[in-house]
Amino acid sequence: MIKEYSTIKELKGPLMVVDKVEDVAYGELVQIRLGDNTLKFGQVLEVDESRAIVQLFEGSFGVDAKETRVRFLGETMKIYLSEQVLGRVFDGKGYPIDNLPKLVSKDKFDVNGFPINPYCRDHPNDFIQTGISAIDLMNTLVRGQKLPIFSAFGLPHNKLAAQIARQARVLNEKENFSVIFAAMGITNEEALFFINEFKKTGALDRSVLFLNLANNPAIERIITPRVALTTAEYLAFYHNMHVLVILTDMTNYCEALREISAARDEVPGRRGYPGYMYTDLATIYERAGRIKGKKGSITQIPILTLPDDDITHPIPDLTGYITEGQIVLSRDLHRKGIYPPIDVLPSLSRLMKNGIGEGKTDVFHLNLSDQLYASYAKGRELRDLVAVIGEESLDEVDKLYLRFAEFFEKYFLNQNLNENRDIQKTFDLAWNLISILPKSELKRIKQDYLNKYYKGFSLPEFEKKHLASASVDLESSLDFFKIDFE
Amino acid sequence: MNIIKGKISSISGPVVVAKGMFGAKVYDIAKVGEEELLGEIIQISGDKAIIQVYEDSYGLKPNETVVSEGKPLTIELGPGIIANIYDGVGRPLDKLKDFSGDFIKRGISIKALDRKKRWEVKSLVKKGQKISSGQIIASIKETSLIEHKIMVPYGIEGEVLEVCDGKLDVETEFISIKTSKGIKKLKLYQEWPVRTPRPFLQKLMPEKPLITGQRVIDSFFPIAKGGTAAIPGPFGSGKTVTQQSLAKWSDADVIVYIGCGERGNEMTEVLSDFPKLLDPRSNRPLMERTVLIANTSNMPVAAREASIYTGITIAEYFRDMGYDCALMADSTSRWAEAMREIGARLEEMPGEEGYPAYLGSRIAQFYERAGYVISLNNNKGSISVIGAVSPPGGDFSEPVTQNTLRLTKVFWALDSQLAYRRHFPAINWLNSYSLYVEILSSYFEKNVSKDFYKLRNEALAILQKDAELQEIVQLVGQDALPEDDKLVLFTARSIKEDLLQQSAYGEDAYCSLEKQFLMLKTIIEFNKRLKAALTKGVKISDIRNLKVVEKIARMKEAKDIKEYCKEIQALIEKEVGGLEKNKD
Repeated sequence: MIKEYSTIKELKGPLMVVDKVEDVAYGELVQIRLGDNTLKFGQVLEVDESRAIVQLFEGSFGVDAKETRVRFLGETMKIYLSEQVLGRVFDGKGYPIDNLPKLVSKDKFDVNGFPINPYCRDHPNDFIQTGISAIDLMNTLVRGQKLPIFSAFGLPHNKLAAQIARQARVLNEKENFSVIFAAMGITNEEALFFINEFKKTGALDRSVLFLNLANNPAIERIITPRVALTTAEYLAFYHNMHVLVILTDMTNYCEALREISAARDEVPGRRGYPGYMYTDLATIYERAGRIKGKKGSITQIPILTLPDDDITHPIPDLTGYITEGQIVLSRDLHRKGIYPPIDVLPSLSRLMKNGIGEGKTDVFHLNLSDQLYASYAKGRELRDLVAVIGEESLDEVDKLYLRFAEFFEKYFLNQNLNENRDIQKTFDLAWNLISILPKSELKRIKQDYLNKYYKGFSLPEFEKKHLASASVDLESSLDFFKIDFE
Repeated sequence: MNIIKGKISSISGPVVVAKGMFGAKVYDIAKVGEEELLGEIIQISGDKAIIQVYEDSYGLKPNETVVSEGKPLTIELGPGIIANIYDGVGRPLDKLKDFSGDFIKRGISIKALDRKKRWEVKSLVKKGQKISSGQIIASIKETSLIEHKIMVPYGIEGEVLEVCDGKLDVETEFISIKTSKGIKKLKLYQEWPVRTPRPFLQKLMPEKPLITGQRVIDSFFPIAKGGTAAIPGPFGSGKTVTQQSLAKWSDADVIVYIGCGERGNEMTEVLSDFPKLLDPRSNRPLMERTVLIANTSNMPVAAREASIYTGITIAEYFRDMGYDCALMADSTSRWAEAMREIGARLEEMPGEEGYPAYLGSRIAQFYERAGYVISLNNNKGSISVIGAVSPPGGDFSEPVTQNTLRLTKVFWALDSQLAYRRHFPAINWLNSYSLYVEILSSYFEKNVSKDFYKLRNEALAILQKDAELQEIVQLVGQDALPEDDKLVLFTARSIKEDLLQQSAYGEDAYCSLEKQFLMLKTIIEFNKRLKAALTKGVKISDIRNLKVVEKIARMKEAKDIKEYCKEIQALIEKEVGGLEKNKD
């Protein structure tokens, strides 16, 4: 017998204080029945002997102190899961919104999950080929990694995420990733883009969508990634699937966190975000990985739009300290018309070295990547210098570095939205590109590899060679369109 | 024992208030709720005790019982610690798996030491012998690298009545002692409250370097055995990789690696790599000298706060046996944030940036537990502490970095600009410093070469000059500089790329002191030779294409560095001499 309370004492923003409660547990799920019988849900944030503070997922709109009835459901928030979850669409709390019935299952899971015992984790080391050169060669994604995309308004992060979801493969494995897509506060249009994208590629059947859109209650966003990741854990660790989780946009999630914190009059940390935001974000991001003895895995790609393009803002800052690297998009590159506009210098994949090398990609991979980084960084530095002193005052080698940076962006970074460059092609391109620099500058690459792969191109030789192979690529990507039209 | 039973009054996140707790002591352990979650009393107000709970507090209800047994948070110290992995409150994570599977559930209490394992004990005292606190009374070969010495717990002394040898488990009472307070029987382990520093006789000035095999550290900014160092840096600048390199290659006897609020996959990496990697000195797996404390970022925040103390207590225990220990704390910022989080829940008046006002004193207390000491048994041992700091936005002016720098003698400033270029370790050579240089110079002069510090200072001067010249280059370009300034830029680049850059993986990951010295010497001597050549009309642009330049760049890959440097020497003479002749 669950007691019903009508003792709402205070309503303030997303919070509700209920008086004279008994036997209420911290974190318990709360059901609120309004005067017109609509149901809302919430969660206990704080409780003492007589009073409970409840966080309302749908906000306090329409809640009154007179007719509203409150029931404490006696357990923390849980969801029912079965394999039938694939192909379904849910709201941000995990209720179906695709006009299909609720999932029937005996298996119930706490959405907060439990931390994976670090001892039981298996080290992620399977190379994922995304078909994007800047990622595969320089910021390699590995199965079980959490690699966010740091973007900003107006940049093509959605296209990039969709392209990764579409093209991601583990070499020598046929199996596709199952995709879990959790939307937090994004627009209907953006959500439709992803849904259409999944439909077009046939991925919808192996996807699960959780949609909390911009016009849905903000506080519900606190639950959305947790529901999505509980589903991911279920599929990965109970059904041996390889799951790719896309969380977008984490910035909206953090705003919701701040809203609750402000309503509770908590001491704010940096820029008004709560002091526990690091811990809170960690309970989301750390739910990626692999477990020893289990076949499945969870790979996470959270998307963040940096407020004011500022990478030191608390949201990207705390995220970067938890995730295993980051892919940073650049407005400058985007303006130059380069897709994907990945600024490789601040980008990083911490798990890269485990997924590459002999037997995985190629033995020279790390050397080649380091060399591209060093040379491109040098080229970029010189570019700034040239703005002041003019190109004439550079020596010949430095001029080559300038060209290198330019070619790197134009030919290596830049690729077609549908272009799925395999790793071999990316390697060839990189060796050709690096060959325009004198051999003595390539200190990051071991002598043996240089002897084998260094070609020593002049600039025109490189361009000629590259354009020849690029036109083949163009034809094949046109083929892709043809199929698409038919 | 004085058992106090109270009831939960309120719950807010990891902070639980219990009433009816009159008589409980601050920092005593409490078992909270029906599931007996582990907690620690951090404040007392009237009969109310405020408790930080080390486990997830979901599902706790007011009026559930709270029990305090009047004991502070302790850790078991005894054989079986080495090569183990513990969480922040000292529960072995491998055993935890047997209880709760792949995920960590709540309310599980497991002893730190294996009760079933039997150890070959060799006693070192005889019947009738007088023994005192801290004295070594028995010895166990714990791993091939560590001789575990059993010591008399602090506060016990007397005469040995009986002692036994042989294969024993940790619970066996292997010795009985007649003390002034009656007969005491000792087991192979002792317990120690983690927040209390273990006693020693005397602290000494550090005198030996902790050799790390990292060129930028050993040659430029060395740390002493018993010293303290801070590595602050923004994310992606290589804090963790540097810490792991130090854990792998430093010449300490025991390594305690604390993953405090960091990534789970990183701990897994240590767990999977260390048993495979061999110690360059003993050729035994590194795991045989390593203890891991893993409280990852998604594990409960209060236990994260405790993990630092658990780690340093273990290090002190091995220090007391006479070992040189190195403790890596990654990252102390997460520890400070855990304090802030708990502080905020207690509604304490915050200090700078929301951190509690006692942040500085807590950090100081922690770093003061490092040092080179004479232990109670007259052995010399040391703890070197290397703390990573993760300043928000990479801004070193924030409180945790500032409070840390006030105490640590070595500062390795990580630089994101270097990291972007993949210059690793990304330790900035201008901002970093080591206050141990003076103390250690005699060691280096005696054991490596008399010239070591002279060459080091010359190299640093070139780098400093390079930084000044770079500013001019930004305005007028390199071509406008005179030739000898161009030489400074040329040599500085060589120092940065050919010496300071060092890959954390592969053969270059560990570089012996001898090799470090020869590399440094070669570069500086080349610089000297070129200076002379410049006066004869040789231009820097001629030098760039010399074969010897590339040969110097490949010094890192050299197997026999002595031979290689001789070749370089010959090549320098041949090529630079050739250039000079052409100018004549």
